[in-house]
This record gives sequence, structure tokens and C-alpha cells, in this order.
Amino acid sequence: MQLVLEKRAERSNTIALVSPLIAIGLTIVTMTILFAILGKNPLLALQAYFIAPLTDGYSLQEIAVKATPLVMIAIGLSICYLANAWNIGAEGQFLIGAVAGSWIAVKTQGTDAGAWVLPAMLVLAAAAGALYALIPAICKVKFGASEILTSLMLVYVADLLLDYLVRGPWRDPNGFNFPTTAEFDSVATVPLLIEGGRLHLGSIIALLVVAAAAILLGRTIKGFEIRVVGAAPRAARFGGFNAHQLIILTFAVSGALAGLAGIIEVAGPVGHLQPGISPGYGFTAIIVAFLGRLNPIGILIAGLFLALTFIGGEQAQIAMKIPLDVTKVFQGILLFYVLACDSLILYRFKLVFPNRQVARGAG
Amino acid sequence: MELVEAIILSVLAASTPLLIAATGELVTERSGVLNLGVEGMMIVGAACGFGGAWLTGSILIGALFGIVAGTLMSLIFALMALGLAVNQVATGLALTILGVGLSGLIGAGFVGERITPAIHLHIPGLTDIPLLGRVLFGEDAFVYFSIALIIGVWWFLYRTRAGLILRACGDNHISTHALGYPVLRIRTLAVMFGGACAGLAGAYLPLAYTPFFIPGMTAGRGWIALALVVFASWRPGRLVVGAYLFGAVTILQLHAQGWGVGIPSQFMSALPYLATVIVLVLLSRARTGGSTAPAALGTVFVPDR
Repeated sequence: MQLVLEKRAERSNTIALVSPLIAIGLTIVTMTILFAILGKNPLLALQAYFIAPLTDGYSLQEIAVKATPLVMIAIGLSICYLANAWNIGAEGQFLIGAVAGSWIAVKTQGTDAGAWVLPAMLVLAAAAGALYALIPAICKVKFGASEILTSLMLVYVADLLLDYLVRGPWRDPNGFNFPTTAEFDSVATVPLLIEGGRLHLGSIIALLVVAAAAILLGRTIKGFEIRVVGAAPRAARFGGFNAHQLIILTFAVSGALAGLAGIIEVAGPVGHLQPGISPGYGFTAIIVAFLGRLNPIGILIAGLFLALTFIGGEQAQIAMKIPLDVTKVFQGILLFYVLACDSLILYRFKLVFPNRQVARGAG
Repeated sequence: MELVEAIILSVLAASTPLLIAATGELVTERSGVLNLGVEGMMIVGAACGFGGAWLTGSILIGALFGIVAGTLMSLIFALMALGLAVNQVATGLALTILGVGLSGLIGAGFVGERITPAIHLHIPGLTDIPLLGRVLFGEDAFVYFSIALIIGVWWFLYRTRAGLILRACGDNHISTHALGYPVLRIRTLAVMFGGACAGLAGAYLPLAYTPFFIPGMTAGRGWIALALVVFASWRPGRLVVGAYLFGAVTILQLHAQGWGVGIPSQFMSALPYLATVIVLVLLSRARTGGSTAPAALGTVFVPDR
């Protein structure tokens, strides 16, 4: 018996829409088995993961808060991936944005600086993220160095820089020796949307980013160029599109968005700079981008879904002592199924039984 | 003298996992498959390797656990990237994300436990020769195995018919298929070999490098191994040079901290990663006369039967 792929005459649009749902379904089946192996009641675990977080206002806000960085980063990554530029280092760009923005917050601490502080932090963070992303982009365009490997190496560098700053020059003198800066002043903090809640202005920014990306990709020549360069590089060359320029541009945009997400996370939910500000947002955003089919609206939905798995994972840990790493396994499996189901859009799967055919031929 | 010996010994130890993982990936890439999941396979190999050794008390069984774990992970990759013709870059990333989670889950029970690390060879007389004795005759088995492995791979790729066919797959899968060779089967075997090596390289870390397991202990070594294959221009000989060079950078970083150099430790720790970026840039730049990568590397192949 052999599995054979047969190219479809044209891509199946029905399957393109349903495939993320099939992927989620298959992931849930796999997780059920995994929970059973871990000796946990699968029904209760699934309830803790997917239903419980949706039942109270606090968790719903938490989902929006967690989805904010995921969606912002994933939008940037999707623009890159559409242009066939593989930015894998969003995690590093996120951290550099957080560091650059925090610099203003730390320097203006306790100086009664005006309302300019937060906007300046956001702008600086986006610029820093963009510049950091330009390193692999330029290495790729000028020297042909693999952007996958260079952007990834820079994640470790950014992580160590952050670690150095909060243990050294920026450490809070009243922080009992913990590696963290002091809490940011209120002018350096992202305002909350609901009094006493967790939802903050960053979520609105994320929605604006989604809208802007939808317009860029769907309604502008630049968006068309990005798609053509990614889907048909040869045709793009004949059309006079400059692939190198697009690599630079898409990396800069995705770096800026990751950097912005970084400072929003630090100046919002976290409130100060410290190691571990990201539970791997930059990497999870890769899953979000693919699950959302590299489409802005799809990414918004996918971002909310993965945020649900983060919150659900925390609840399952508290309620059922399910290890937090299960969430990561879950996300990895989800990405596999998403990719496998994508294959269905282009190919038809067929099982072939070579032996039987031979037998029939002989008879 | 003793310091020089200590540095050489630690460089060899730091280079060995890089060399083993990169050797596996070299074979995989030579068959035309780009598996970016090395870090994921390594980290699962580390968790399973430690688990195996801790449960049975045997380093050998630990190493076998690592190999099996890496191979199983690579089979998932082969099913996706070869069986279902899914984009190899995305599949490799998925494998790493999954691996990090799995390793945390498997290793959770072993954190804080210790084992007796792999013993070092001792030949009375030979091992006692000053300077060279311990370097040549005082290593753990993994170090010798890694050398044998790369020599074996060199011999296989350039001196056997099977190696020639494997390289042909990597350079032109359509012609290789037309000649009647089972491209997908050959690639699957190459991917499995890469997985076995990555798993073993991961297992080396808790079995010989440090006697305990911590989550995330591979610390990007899988990615550095991928960069090493590029560094080596897909040639086994240069891979050895590259692996020892990178091991040396890692150790330089550790020793510089010990010598009290007035540079913050985080900057020294960033050295191997920065070196990787610089090396990739310099090498890619030197290669203006066309890439030396296997021509079919990373491309999807669906046989038309």
C-alpha cells in the first residue's frame, strides 16, 4: 500500500477555507489521546482548555491581551512569508523593541516628563525592531546569507542584551536584586480600556494593524507585488518587480510590528522590563500566520484561538496540574496539521495497492 | 601546559555535539532535503537520552534512546515534507516548536536528577603522555564516534555507489527518478539518518557534557549545526574544521569569563551566535560564482509515477 499525491487541476477553494478547521479538529483528537496518556480526564482537560476561558469576563480580557502581540507579529510575518522572505527572528525583534522603548521609560523615570513619553516609546520600539530585522535582510540581499539562520541567531543575541541591561545598568536599585527595571511611570504605560480591567490600548492598535494589512495586501499595487514575488518569482522578474527591495521592505515592516508588539507588552500588561517578557510570542506567531492562511482576518481569528490555548493551558495547569509544556506540544501539533491540510488544497491523496494491480494484470 | 590541555579537551567536548548533528544534516541536505528541525530533534534527544540513562543507569542505553527519539521525530518530518509534499521550511520550524514542547514534557520528571556521565578512555602509558595523551587517548566514546561518523559519511558519499545516488537525488531529483531510483525512499532514509544523528547529538549534552538535564539545554546548537553545513559548503572535510572552530568560540567565551576579562558575561555568551552570523555572511559573500548547495535543496518532489 502506498500513499500517492495527485496534483489537482486547480486549487480547491472549499478545502482552502475548511482546512484550518480540519486541522483544529485533528489537533483536538490528538490532544485527547495525549491527555489520556498523561492520565488526565480528556473531557475535563478539553473543557479547561477551550470552554472555561470563554466563560468569564476576566479570561476573555486575558485572551485579547495575549492575542494582541501574537496578531501584530503574525501580520508582519505573513507579509514576509507572502513575499517568500523567511523571517524567523520575530522573537528577537520583539525583544529589541521592548528594550529600545524601555530605554525612554527608564531615562525619564521620576522626571515628571510629559505625555510625549509613551508615543516616543512606541515609535522608537518600532524603529528598533525594523532596524534589527534589517540585519538579516541586508545580509540576505547583499551577501546571500540565509535569512532563516541569521534572523534566528539574532534572537539569542537580543535575549542576552536584555538580560545584561536588567541585571546591570537598568536594574531597579530598590528591586531586592531581582533582574528587573523599576515599574514604569504612568506616562510610560499603555492606558487601559476598562477601568480596573486588563484590556489595554494595544488591542486597538492590533486591530488597526489588521485593517491596514488587509488594505495593503488587498487593495494596493505594493500588496500585489508582494504576492507575485512570493508566488511566481520568475513572472515577477519579467514584470520588473524588484525582489531584493521587497525583502528589505517586508523584513522592515515585520520587524517594526514585532518591535511595537514588544514595547506594548512591556509598557502594558508587564509594566516593567525583565527577562522572560515573552513566552515565545515570536515563534507562536509563526503558527498564527500559517493557521490564519497568511490572511489578515484569518490571522486575527487564529491569534485569538492561540491566545485561548495559552490561557486554557494556564487554567488546565492550575485546575488539573497539566504541565504548561503541553500547550507548546499542542501548538506544534496544530502547526503540523495546518501544514498537512494545506497539502490537500493542491493535491488529492490516493492510496495505491501495487501488489493487487500486479495480480490483476497477471490474471 | 595544563591549561592548554584543558582548553583543547573542552573544545573537543563542545564541538562534538555540533559535529554529530551537522554530519546528519549534511547527509539530509545532500539528498536534497532541508530539515530545519535539527534543534527540535536534538532537544528531544537530550530529554529522552537523559531519561534512558537515568532509568537504566547505562549511558549506552541513554544514547540509544536519544537516537531512537531523534529518528522518530525525523519520521514525522519525512511524512510531512516528503509524503505530503509540504513546504520544508515550515515543516522544519513546526518540528522545532513541537520538539521544545515535547522535551519539556518528557524532561519535567528528570529536572534536578543527576547521573554518572560517560567515562573517559584511559590507556595506561598512552593517556599519561603530557599534553597529547589525554587529548588523543582520554576522551569519552562520543568524541571518537563523531570522528568515525564523519569519516564514514565521507567514504559513503564519495566512495560508494549508494552515496553517488544520494548526491544525485540532491542535485536533480527528476533525472534520478527518471533513471529509476526511488527518490522519496532515499530521501526518507537520509532524513532518518539526520534525525538519528541529531538525537544522539542532543543526548550527548546530558550524558557527557553535563551530568544533568535542564529544559532548553541545547541553546540553539541545532541551529548552529545548520549554519555549519552551509559553512562547510556541504563537504565533510570542512565540516570538521567548522565544528571545532565553533567549539573553540564557545569555550573561549567560557574561559574569558574565568580569566576575569572586564566584558559582561552576556556579551561573551552572544559570541557563538554573532560568529554564526558573521561566518554566514563572509562565506556567502565568498561564493559569488554560484552556490555550492545541492541544486534541488529544499524543493518539493512529487513523482508522476
